[in-house]
Amino acid sequence: MEPLFAIVIGIMFAITVFLFLSRSFVRIVLGIFMLSNATHLLIFTAGRLTFESPPLIPYDQSVPIEAIANPLPQALILTAIVISFALFAFVLILTYRAYQELGTVDVDEMNASEPRAAASEEAAE
Amino acid sequence: MNGAALSDWLVVAPLVLGLVGSGLCAVFWWRPLAQTIIGFATTIAMTVTAAMLFARVLAGGPQVMAMGNWPAPFGIVFAADTLGAGMALLTALVGVLTLIYSMGDQSEDFRRAGYTPLLLAMLAGVTGAFLTGDIFNLYVWFEVLLIGSFGLLVLGGRKDQLEGALKYAVLNLLATTIFLIATGLLYGLVGTLNMADIAVKVAAVENRGLVNAIAALYLMAFGMKAAAFPLFFWLPASYHTPQPGVSAIFGGLLTKVGVYALIRTFTLIFPLDGGIFNDLFMWIAAATILFGGMGALVQTDLRRLVAFTVVGGIGYMLVGLALTTHAALSGGLFYMLHSVLISTGLFMAVGVAGRIGGAFDTSVLAGIYRATPAFAAIFLLGAFVVSGIPPLSGFWPKVVLVQASIAAGQPWLAAAVLTGGFLTLLAVSKAFALAFWRDSEAPLPVPETSPRAFASLMGPTAVIIVMAAMLGMFAEPAARIASAAAEELLRPAAYVAAVLGDGA
Repeated sequence: MEPLFAIVIGIMFAITVFLFLSRSFVRIVLGIFMLSNATHLLIFTAGRLTFESPPLIPYDQSVPIEAIANPLPQALILTAIVISFALFAFVLILTYRAYQELGTVDVDEMNASEPRAAASEEAAE
Repeated sequence: MNGAALSDWLVVAPLVLGLVGSGLCAVFWWRPLAQTIIGFATTIAMTVTAAMLFARVLAGGPQVMAMGNWPAPFGIVFAADTLGAGMALLTALVGVLTLIYSMGDQSEDFRRAGYTPLLLAMLAGVTGAFLTGDIFNLYVWFEVLLIGSFGLLVLGGRKDQLEGALKYAVLNLLATTIFLIATGLLYGLVGTLNMADIAVKVAAVENRGLVNAIAALYLMAFGMKAAAFPLFFWLPASYHTPQPGVSAIFGGLLTKVGVYALIRTFTLIFPLDGGIFNDLFMWIAAATILFGGMGALVQTDLRRLVAFTVVGGIGYMLVGLALTTHAALSGGLFYMLHSVLISTGLFMAVGVAGRIGGAFDTSVLAGIYRATPAFAAIFLLGAFVVSGIPPLSGFWPKVVLVQASIAAGQPWLAAAVLTGGFLTLLAVSKAFALAFWRDSEAPLPVPETSPRAFASLMGPTAVIIVMAAMLGMFAEPAARIASAAAEELLRPAAYVAAVLGDGA
């Protein structure tokens, strides 16, 4: 089962890289979303996959009787999902605001914070 | 069940205070004055508790607190050693000074938009990152400080700010996600998240290829955070866009969190042993120093110039890590202390210069010396400190690093350190000559700043630059602390024993 997950995660990372290489900022933001999802799956798989044995301890026991699924990766993923979801929402809104102000989502045209004006002035002199 | 002793709470006190203060500020959302008072109370309390913690660590070695009384390695532990506690103290101190500065720097509107709660949340995140002993918890603190810094970065919403924030956000999110990937893989490999426990278990792993691959992922993630070559391009694209007070605390603290994480992972978890990673670190350090210096040299915008000196400074700290000798690492840590103070100070000074001259670009900005000679003197002092003129504080760590590089048989690294200092000196001298010495053709614009606001800008700027300068004149105690911190890092057994208990 793990190899199948590994392949799926690999494909998701490949899609991420493809999206990151785009000039459109919206695609880059979607790439971040894809990347965080791939990462969550990766943590899940790295914690080993176990079938049909929830991490429950019987009432009169203090330790699990047989091998159980590892609950820790799921706790980690839950934390990571909350964080990445919030940040994704923030970046999405930021992209929209930047689009309103700059009138573009093309990374090649985004040079307000690093103006090329200085270089072109020197060329003109 | 006996709860943690009250004194153990000291380990987490600074960051708990930061979080509580941030929440309280959010309660008083519509009352900027109340927020400012809470902000000062919180940061001063953080400074006091961090100082107490630091004193305890100096006296009694690493201090550990297990959250919820779960014994390590099962629960989340907070562990303060000399480096972590010292950095927490610096964070709180810079926080207080930044708050004073922003009384003059941040308009009423920004304060209503949540400046103080965001700043406190970010300070809590930075402190948490310095004090935690759990690698997943470190990731969470990275995200906390990232969220705070996003908010601070876009406060004001100017065009270039939004764009700078986009670049900053995407690249920093990428870095933290790579950090998370590496942590997931590391957990899959050793089955624990406690850094001390990881250190013990990683040393026993036979598949060194996998360990090195994970180490490389950490190097990439933290290198990006620390703005090390070749992953520093987001820093000069974004750090100059927010209000100068915000730039100051970013430049002073955020990249150092990345350096701290690099130092922590590559001394504790993947100790450098003279293999490929040492070479890699040396090249990265040298390239960061040189690109930072050259970048600073060609800038006309003073804020971007300072941003590049911040990048260059990262390189010196990495030289200390790359050589992994005791002398080199203590030099690097001393430089870190110096860099926190002077990066903050220079960004503050540049903000003041912009207020006086009405511009940040040296093609326009001129005549500040004639307008305010005292401030020009402070800026010049700061410029000398950052470029390492003896006997100021940039000088001593560079001496140590040059000596250590030659002693380690890497004279080219010593050459890079010296060249970097020279490039920085050229860059800041050029800025001083143009913006301060040169007479302005047009009369300087009448500043809109009230004298009171001006005083609150000037005060912390002068204090922090003079502090950085004094650090050089009275270098002995700082050097001794840096040496003790380096000793702890290179012999992590004490840290591991403190976290896991002596039985481990």
